[in-house]
Amino acid sequence: MRGNPYLFAAYAAAWIIHIVYLSTIVSRYSRLKREIEELKKIRS
Amino acid sequence: MKKAFPILGALTAILLGYALYEALVAAPTEQTMGDVQRIFYYHVPSAWTAFTLFLINFVASILYLVRRNPAADIIALVSAEVGVVFCTVVLVTGPIWARPVWGIWWAPGDIRLTSTLVLWLIYVSYLILRRFSSSGQTPTLAAALAVLGALCVPFVYFSIWFFRTQHPQPVMGGGGSIDPRMLHVLLINWLAFLCFAFLVCWSRYRLEELQRDVDHAHAMQSLMDPRGSVR
Amino acid sequence: MTAPTGITRATLLKDLRLEWRSKDAINSMLFFSLLVVVVFRFSFDPTAEESREIAGGLVWVAFLFAAVVALNQTWAREIRNQVLDAYRVSPAPANSLFIAKTLGNFILVTVLEALMTPLFIVFYQLRSLGPAWQLLVVAVLGTWALVVNGTFFAAMSLRTRSREIMLPLLLFPISIPAILAMVQATTSILTGEGARVWMALLVSYDLVFTTGCLLLFETVLNAE
Repeated sequence: MRGNPYLFAAYAAAWIIHIVYLSTIVSRYSRLKREIEELKKIRS
Repeated sequence: MKKAFPILGALTAILLGYALYEALVAAPTEQTMGDVQRIFYYHVPSAWTAFTLFLINFVASILYLVRRNPAADIIALVSAEVGVVFCTVVLVTGPIWARPVWGIWWAPGDIRLTSTLVLWLIYVSYLILRRFSSSGQTPTLAAALAVLGALCVPFVYFSIWFFRTQHPQPVMGGGGSIDPRMLHVLLINWLAFLCFAFLVCWSRYRLEELQRDVDHAHAMQSLMDPRGSVR
Repeated sequence: MTAPTGITRATLLKDLRLEWRSKDAINSMLFFSLLVVVVFRFSFDPTAEESREIAGGLVWVAFLFAAVVALNQTWAREIRNQVLDAYRVSPAPANSLFIAKTLGNFILVTVLEALMTPLFIVFYQLRSLGPAWQLLVVAVLGTWALVVNGTFFAAMSLRTRSREIMLPLLLFPISIPAILAMVQATTSILTGEGARVWMALLVSYDLVFTTGCLLLFETVLNAE
């Protein structure tokens, strides 16, 4: 079927963009968790 | 609230999967363009989702200017970020669709793609302003920029539309009426994207709240500790 | 209503007088504008017919660069001498300051354009097929569009990091419809076609954004 590589590329691109953004959220979240642990240690 | 998240996440994943199936398999094949036309089912709903998010940004910015509500500021930030992500999807899928069908990657007179590009530029500049401005000022400046940006939108559409009437370009995006089955698939995908966008915004909102709490804690730390903060 | 206009006039005259006394800034901007035209001349070498088609774009991009250079120094003097803090504390309406600054920038950018235009005409052998006075109207409307938003964004960029790059970064995206209109109007007039719709677009753009900036300026000035 012609056009298929473009079809696949478009859908893949869309999901890759979303996954990249979600992974930035996840990594920032884990970094924040670590900072909170450090802050708690200083407090106690 | 937190307990609802995994359930909503699962439901959204199912909806996205179903919408994907509809787009790739169940939807009728287009006569002239063939299977490549199915890109349409991701390209257009992404655009609609981005516009919805930018509208939310506009309302939240005005709310902030009027009420100085910090929650409104976070909503403005979150909706702009996620809006830019969906906008990027539109700008990437558009040329991928255009190339096999019309032989060119981009037509300057294509209203939807060119307007989306300008919108993308405006909201990226909004995000950069947020990052570069001094933290006390950020919410107010960003809100002012968002209002001006939103005022610009009708001008963007009209100027590109009128440009196209002066300089005829290949017609893209399918004019005229649409097959009701295709419209159905389009709407299903839009609904799925809206649910997905809502969950992403919610996560980003929680992240931002947490970030601000941590920043506040650090600030308090350096105020109380005469030797300076740990950071 | 004499008080606000009095303040506007006083601020504007003060700025013009200061600019006239310290000619350094103006001279370097004039020279920069000249350089831009020359660089364009080496970069784009069209035939006489092509000139008229692309001159609109060339001229306005050059004007845009000159405007950014002029706009970047808008608030420099005020920052150096803590004038803005004094202004915030005084009962003077913030809009008077904004209008004065915008008018000052408008005059400055118009001077730069007046220098660059003859150079463009000479280098590209430009001759307008449409009425030349319409080109002047487009120049006024277009310059105002760039300057009103530029002055506003310059005020916004005051306390941001990388202030000089922040101004064009904020100005260009929002100015795109206006730039498209300016360029298309200029090209239409040069090639003898009508530019009425583009000029109407510029007029409404100017009205909407002047109003928007006036309404928001006080908020931005006091943002903290």
